[in-house]
Amino acid sequence: MPDFLEIKNLRIEATAYPPGEPPKDLVLVDDVSVSLAKGKVLGLIGESGAGKSTIGLSAMAFGRGGVRLTGGEILLNGRDIRGLAPAGLRALRGREVTYVAQSAAAAFNPAKRLMEQVIETTLSHGVMGRAEAEARAVMLFGKLGLPKPETFGTRYPHQVSGGQLQRAMTAMALCPKPDLVIFDEPTTALDVTTQIDVLAAIKEAIHDTGVAALYITHDLAVVAQVADDILVLRHGKKVEYGPVRQIITDPHEDYTRALVSVRSIDHEEKAEAPPILSVQNVTARYSGTTFDVLKNVSVDLPAGQTLAVVGESGSGKSTLARAITGLLPPSAGRITFAGRELSRDLKARSRDDLRELQMIYQMADVAMNPRQTVGTIIGRPLEFYFGMTGETKRKRVQELLDQIEMGKGYIDRYPAELSGGQKQRVCIARALAAKPKLIICDEVTSALDPLVADGILKLLLNLQAQEGVAYLFITHDLATVKAIADRIAVMYRGQVVRYGSKTDVLTPPFDDYTDLLLSSVPEMRLGWLEEVLANRRMESAGN
Amino acid sequence: MKMPLSALIGLILTGCFVFCAVFAQLLAPYPLEAISGGVWEGPSSAHWLGTDTIGRDILSRLIYGGQITIFVALASSVIAFGLGSFLGFLAAVRGGWVDQGLSRGVDLMMAIPSLIVALVVLSVLPLNLTVLILVIGFLDATRVFRLARAVAMDIAVMDYVEAARLRGEGQGWIIFREILPNALSPLVAEFGLRFIFAVLFISTLSFLGLGIQPPLADWGGMVRENKDGLIYGKSAALMPALAIALLAISVNLVADWILSRTTSLKGGRGA
Repeated sequence: MPDFLEIKNLRIEATAYPPGEPPKDLVLVDDVSVSLAKGKVLGLIGESGAGKSTIGLSAMAFGRGGVRLTGGEILLNGRDIRGLAPAGLRALRGREVTYVAQSAAAAFNPAKRLMEQVIETTLSHGVMGRAEAEARAVMLFGKLGLPKPETFGTRYPHQVSGGQLQRAMTAMALCPKPDLVIFDEPTTALDVTTQIDVLAAIKEAIHDTGVAALYITHDLAVVAQVADDILVLRHGKKVEYGPVRQIITDPHEDYTRALVSVRSIDHEEKAEAPPILSVQNVTARYSGTTFDVLKNVSVDLPAGQTLAVVGESGSGKSTLARAITGLLPPSAGRITFAGRELSRDLKARSRDDLRELQMIYQMADVAMNPRQTVGTIIGRPLEFYFGMTGETKRKRVQELLDQIEMGKGYIDRYPAELSGGQKQRVCIARALAAKPKLIICDEVTSALDPLVADGILKLLLNLQAQEGVAYLFITHDLATVKAIADRIAVMYRGQVVRYGSKTDVLTPPFDDYTDLLLSSVPEMRLGWLEEVLANRRMESAGN
Repeated sequence: MKMPLSALIGLILTGCFVFCAVFAQLLAPYPLEAISGGVWEGPSSAHWLGTDTIGRDILSRLIYGGQITIFVALASSVIAFGLGSFLGFLAAVRGGWVDQGLSRGVDLMMAIPSLIVALVVLSVLPLNLTVLILVIGFLDATRVFRLARAVAMDIAVMDYVEAARLRGEGQGWIIFREILPNALSPLVAEFGLRFIFAVLFISTLSFLGLGIQPPLADWGGMVRENKDGLIYGKSAALMPALAIALLAISVNLVADWILSRTTSLKGGRGA
């Protein structure tokens, strides 16, 4: 079959307006060529800023805010769509090429029923009549595994789960019988257990309707399940382009190899030891509600070790952190730390209690005051807890910066002048500055690109070896857990459903939820998706 | 970033006003109270803007009046901002009954038109500059309180504020070191607007006879003294009115520019 989408030597530019400097032209994408046959799926993969979304959107000749397609050809069904007039583009978009966005919750109009929105573009392009479009939408709902396809369209967006909404958006994209669908990180915002269902539904729908698709993601393991070909991108340039089997099993480039082997940190589980933190029968609820977010939670964390708390969103894992830090005083239960009982309320705790229990956040961006320099951010705990000032403080800050492998030249920078990984490193240094016995890490690697996240995890392990600090590691990512945990607590709906040493928790027999959670983590091999779906025992919560 | 033309004009004009106000004693061609010409003379080489109801030079009185008007407006705005933003931040950080008490109190004050409150209060208290500044500052503080509280509410839920709380920092550090630097740009823009409202407020009070008292001159008072001239087609009352309008416009141009700079995505609050 001839290739119906061909992108040749694509070049995309944008103009940046840095404050106080003359505008600069930036090349976002340079000399990228791909081709795609009908019914095939091309995966675009890369870190944030690699240009994968920009290339994806160029397949419908669209450039987001100020982005210009300045060179090359985009051939769709044999004609170059790059120079198309606005009327031609309108006829193209939403008809021949459709788009599935990352955040379905933000893409749906909350005031309209789903059916109305799903068939909207189909009707406005005059592809088919209302009755026919509705029948097709119902058929697609069924194919995508949505419950009660006949009546699903009468619901409003807030009445269905995130995973279902993402599938409804896929139905919307497939409804006008397009030639090409662009999936822009469709499962990234979903829980692992939900992601797998959406992934399977998308894969089946693509297969059954025979459309071609561009699948954009940063997760190689996910794209390996759906794509036929993969294009690896970095800094807007092609790194490697080939069939999925070759990319996964025999990558030629170093960068691809790094992506494939990411999450392969080896971590020896430490022997059992007396706990530094002991949470006993803690129950907590938010004020003004009657629902217990934490129910009778008990976990222990030995000194100098890592306890991973895993679960999907809403399982209460972050609430556990808030209960331990005293931000949310528990209604029942005891928390013992370093041999003394912690008072429930933050305000009643001694300065040593506060100092020895530090926290690192998911979003390093908002965890640092944008108006303070790195020196102030890291220096404040030194000044606050140890009374350091002037040169001694600055020297110690530099020592900490060296410890987080950032070196000289950063101390007077503002957070805006750091990369995502560096910001998280500064947050780690701020926590370390207090010489804590325990650091609570709340999804610290979730917002980072895989390779950067890998670096952060290795750093955390090194620091644990040097300083003997214990981590309470909250995450939904089981691959991370396998990499660094000594003990694991699996949480589900506010309860600990499985708890023990890493080997115990990860060795069968599993309870149903742990089985679902473990099996849902995408693995970097072909055919994994089908295998999992055939073998699992419990439906995920998104269904 | 390049400064837009409107902002440049605003800055130059505002600069001129401030310059005249600061060096009024050197710049004014005649003393404040000197009767140097006939009643309501037109502009001439001796009196550039003419003379007023009893023959005093209008330009000189405008310059002296500007000094008083700008000083009182500035002083009351500073009080309004000091008081309003501190209490607003406090309400946002503490929440609970502190927030409720302060906010409802402010609501109560804002429910009564501030001109009426000012008229009642000023008719009871002795009329002097200090009282005037305090009354205007206090009334304006309610508006600043609402803005500061709203801005601080957004900032107080940020992780870095939580991090500071977990560290055990006191109220002072959280308000002045974590929240204030991040709330500063919208507050500075608001300061420009509040300053102009203060100028208008003083002028209104003076026009009604409860503001700045003779022998001191101010723009509102000058309009009042010369208003009868309007009936005879004399321009004397228009000059101070024009000065008020010009100052209002030029400060607004600057405030607009600061506001657009701070709300833009490029180099905004995040940078």
